Amino acid sequence: MIDPVTLAVLNGRLEQIADEMDATLFRSAFNPIIAEAHDASHGLYDPETGDTLVQGKSGLPIFVGAMSFAVKAVITKAARDGDMEEGDVYIFNDPYDGGTHLSDFRLVRPVYRDGAVFCYLASVGHYHDVGGNVPGNYNPVATESFQEGFMMPPVKLFERGRLRQDIVDIMQANSRLPGSLYGDLNGQINALDLGVARLVELLDEYGDGTVRDAMAELKARAATLMRAHIADLPDGVYGAEDWLDNDGIVDEPLKIALTIRVEGEAMTLDFTGTSPACLGPVNISRSTTVAACYVAMKHMFVEVPANSGVLEPIDFSIPEDSVLSVTAPKPVGGYTETILRLIDLVFIALAQATPERVNAAAYGTINALSLAGYREDGRRWVMFSFFGGGHGGHPEGDGLNHGNAPISTATIPPLEILEAAYPVMFRQWALRADSGGAGRHRGGLGAVYEIELLEKQANAFLFGERGRFAPPGVLGGGTGALNKFRYEQVDGEHAPPMASKMVGIDLARGQAVRLESPGGGGYGPALERDPARVAEDVRLGYVSAEAARAAYGVALDGAGAVDRVATQALRGTG
Amino acid sequence: MSATTTDTGQRYVIGVDVGGTFTDVFVLDEAAGKAEIAKVPTTPADQSEGFLEGIRARVSDLGEVMTVVHGTTVATNALLERKGARTGVITTSGFRDVLEMRRRDRPRTWGLWGTFDPIVPRDRRLEVAERVLADGTVREAVDPDAVRAAARELLDMGCEALSIVFINAYANAENEQAAKQAALEVWPNEHITVSSEILPEIREFERASTATLNATLQPTVGRYLGALERALREDGFSGEVLIVQSNGGVMSVDTARARPVRTALSGPAAGVIAAAYIGEAAGFPNLVTCDMGGTSFDVSLVADGRASLAPQTSIGFGMIVRSPMIETITIGAGGGSIARVDAGGLLQVGPESAGSDPGPVCYGLGNTRPTVTDANVVLGRINAERPIGGRLDRLDVAGAEAAIRETIAEPLGLDVIAAADAILRVANAKMASAIRLVSIERGHDPKGFAAMPFGGGGALHAGALIRDVGLSRAVVPRFPGVTSALGCVIADMRHDHVHTINRVLDDLDIEALDAEMVEQAREGHRVLDRAGVAFESRTEEFELDMLYLGQTHTVSVRLPVTTEGGASGISREIILTAFEDSYRAAYGRLLEGIATRVMNLRTAVIGRRPRFDLALLAPVGDATMAAAARGTRRVHTGVEWVAAAVHDRLALPVGALIPGPAILEQPDATIYIEPGLLGEVDGFGNVLIAEAS
Repeated sequence: MIDPVTLAVLNGRLEQIADEMDATLFRSAFNPIIAEAHDASHGLYDPETGDTLVQGKSGLPIFVGAMSFAVKAVITKAARDGDMEEGDVYIFNDPYDGGTHLSDFRLVRPVYRDGAVFCYLASVGHYHDVGGNVPGNYNPVATESFQEGFMMPPVKLFERGRLRQDIVDIMQANSRLPGSLYGDLNGQINALDLGVARLVELLDEYGDGTVRDAMAELKARAATLMRAHIADLPDGVYGAEDWLDNDGIVDEPLKIALTIRVEGEAMTLDFTGTSPACLGPVNISRSTTVAACYVAMKHMFVEVPANSGVLEPIDFSIPEDSVLSVTAPKPVGGYTETILRLIDLVFIALAQATPERVNAAAYGTINALSLAGYREDGRRWVMFSFFGGGHGGHPEGDGLNHGNAPISTATIPPLEILEAAYPVMFRQWALRADSGGAGRHRGGLGAVYEIELLEKQANAFLFGERGRFAPPGVLGGGTGALNKFRYEQVDGEHAPPMASKMVGIDLARGQAVRLESPGGGGYGPALERDPARVAEDVRLGYVSAEAARAAYGVALDGAGAVDRVATQALRGTG
Repeated sequence: MSATTTDTGQRYVIGVDVGGTFTDVFVLDEAAGKAEIAKVPTTPADQSEGFLEGIRARVSDLGEVMTVVHGTTVATNALLERKGARTGVITTSGFRDVLEMRRRDRPRTWGLWGTFDPIVPRDRRLEVAERVLADGTVREAVDPDAVRAAARELLDMGCEALSIVFINAYANAENEQAAKQAALEVWPNEHITVSSEILPEIREFERASTATLNATLQPTVGRYLGALERALREDGFSGEVLIVQSNGGVMSVDTARARPVRTALSGPAAGVIAAAYIGEAAGFPNLVTCDMGGTSFDVSLVADGRASLAPQTSIGFGMIVRSPMIETITIGAGGGSIARVDAGGLLQVGPESAGSDPGPVCYGLGNTRPTVTDANVVLGRINAERPIGGRLDRLDVAGAEAAIRETIAEPLGLDVIAAADAILRVANAKMASAIRLVSIERGHDPKGFAAMPFGGGGALHAGALIRDVGLSRAVVPRFPGVTSALGCVIADMRHDHVHTINRVLDDLDIEALDAEMVEQAREGHRVLDRAGVAFESRTEEFELDMLYLGQTHTVSVRLPVTTEGGASGISREIILTAFEDSYRAAYGRLLEGIATRVMNLRTAVIGRRPRFDLALLAPVGDATMAAAARGTRRVHTGVEWVAAAVHDRLALPVGALIPGPAILEQPDATIYIEPGLLGEVDGFGNVLIAEAS
């Protein structure tokens, strides 16, 4: 067995390789979704199973689980064709065979040692545009994946070290933003080159056997640690359910049901009772479901190493043909919305088992908003971004105001950068009062973004959720505010019929769209919140005086101080 | 410089670095051609007390002091401890929450329990109607009455400082200037920061954060510097005081009062400047500096004698200071970093630290969890009978052993010595990673670089680090414990300016750019003139932040021009060539057929202060090996116990050769030379450590 010191050293060295690949792509990528929002990831993967061995710390969390399925897809393909060679790099974006959605292009590269594959390196990044009906590819009315973008099965981008320009040509021809695609692809190639160079140095220094042992041992330890955490949970059955607003096509809510069974060191996540696959794009593939649960576990058990060992003690029961296990060509473009719901559910279910480890739901929607049009000189422009919201209250305090989604570590571009790049002007960029769920520890606040068009004409597209079902609190905490979207027309303000999903909204110069994102859910009963803290929230404008009264049972006097007598009466503690 | 010295009777240049535990003083006596150091405890309540005590320990008549150069942590501490002044913000209607919304991030990738308290709470951020568009057009002019009313309201709330931040002010500062004029009419002091004055650069959150942190620091730093100057003058000082900035240059006290945020990393910057100077003199212009303190290990890169600068730094979650800083990678691996075995059975060192109080177990001040220093003590590499710093009489070796046995050795199934060695190997591996990050990951070949350890503990690990990373050698400066104070004496005066241009290169108005470069340089020279310092020479540096159209991250492009004769001679061709060189160096290959954009213009004007000959620090001529010998001590090499020769480092003669295993001791540091390595004292008193073969 590998000695503990070498193991600790190699753990750091391997992580550094993945981190450095992340950094290389972030710095050289063209599109802001990778460069600013870090919607990308790199790692090292098992040569036989494709399991995640090591993952970069700064990449998108959801990819940790999803990428192993992607590498497995390449392994299967290579086994079928029997023609994988040193210097090959595979590329694909098939969302059913490797998770997530068509925007995410994966490059998978075998690393050979002495004629055999030692491991795989992979790079995944979210491209700005991959065709389909909607610029930016968040098409809320897609009924087949063909309307979401073009699909590339695993093919060789490099053959024995030689770039196949024909593949690049096909990809560029299918994108509205071919230059951006080319730049991002180059960044990924550079990242893989660098990863191979670093890994080969490490293998030469320590020997292949030692590094292989270290990888196996790190995975075993993640599993051991995870088993220990599960064993700490009281045995039992913990259930929860939540809803998606609709699928963008049919205005009916979709149920996601989760039952968690804890028995000794083992845990089963059972999604029986979940709605069947839907017409619109909020379906996800089975591999994406597993990857989302991985993210929830890692958020809860932070110190467990980020490799596939985390999932070893966990069994999944995912009903076939449900919204959580679709196959081609069911649309999956809005996968982010569904997996955010899954992560919330894991926390809500486990709140019954381990209240001191969970937090309330975060804002729960990516709010992919694009504005697109042509400038007066005829140039195409597409402004596409994700927006933030509040995090859930937690055992240590109130939720974070205006955080990023739990599946990502994305930062939002500065509004000045957006205004400099696109013909828009923000009227407002602010925290949204009364959006945090009431609770002993309040949910963090969502935001209000109001964007005015400065060009003659443009179209707006929104893919959001939580317009009908608000982010839940835990342990008696209240829900965050609903997602709210409005757009201006000649005759005034309008709301999308599907709450938070809409395509092709026509905007004229001077008209604006306004997005008000949800806050997080509350943690613990609101009536247990210290009245002085409620008064402080009112003073700062986080909570209105009316909400202080209605949700928290706190009355304030004319000077904004707690009216003790009235508060006792409201709380029934007099 | 001797002319100035004799004319006025002012003979001393003094560098003072106030750290968390000690105040270090470096006294250069130009008349006598010698240098002295002093180390006194820092006086946290009023840093100027320790400051003056340190100077008085070496200089009896402050009237003989020509210049005092100061590296200070007052700003850093005020930010970290949130003890800046009560501040208000006046901003564009609709945007008062920019400061609190950050860039929509969270403190950690994993775990969703973040919290954030903005430096200025929401009720002290007031909005006024005004709007400038991205192209600089004023869509709505600001109403001075509204600004005055907002300023009065903030004053009523007890604000002492004011920050004015308008959207797109980088593109047109008109509204901000009008607001400033209005605010000045009612604001009772000079503590007003205007975002377009301190950072006319695109990105509203970073600008708002930098401007507002600056405002909160203005009263705090202003008071401190005022008190310091007064105290110095009362003692007969009539020279000038200069303050070290985070970019490694110095500035006048007046500039520091107006731009205190530029001192956020003043102390570490001075250390890197000293390292660069010492390295260059000793023939090693390529360095990785390693500053090992109680809680952290700070690494910076010096290439060709120049420290690399980072455009911004984060003081804490959501507290961004965007101003050029010496680029430093900090990891939690200091002498006080705690070792533990995690639930998965993996040995971890840091980032949790016992700091300097209670400090390592061997200090005997109450900590029971083993640290890196404890491992060094158990292996005999630190002298338990003669602790550095002079605070303790002796170290508790048995206590350190017991702690390592219980928390590390037993869970891992090792003996105590093997466990202590394991702690050092894991700590060294973390430090090596940080060094790789600034060297290999930036495309530098480590074989061409030397490590320069400073701080009290760095030289204990230098041998392991050069072997681990493949650096050519370690260069241990003569006084590793006071390197930052030495850096104060050496640092040049520097004024930086940045302005966002945001134009495609093909559309760029070259004449306007030239005019702006000339004006920025002129302003830099004016700042230097006002400081009243004599410079040996001046230089100008121009950089453009550039990118391919469509990218969001920029590369720094150094322009090979100056504005002598009132024009820079800049051209589109010069810019494009310089960009392609920089891009190729950073990423390998250029992108064909894609236009380039010029985002920012950065200007630095640097006044070179007189240098002193580092040979002043060298050992005296009659030093001998025999006089330096202190016998032997049992030291564990990681493989076996050996009898290592111990020497008094400062008593070693020039040219001394010391084969490992050996220990060199001096009051402020310990050097460990591993078996197979050879130490050599060079002509400046540095100890060079390299493979013996």
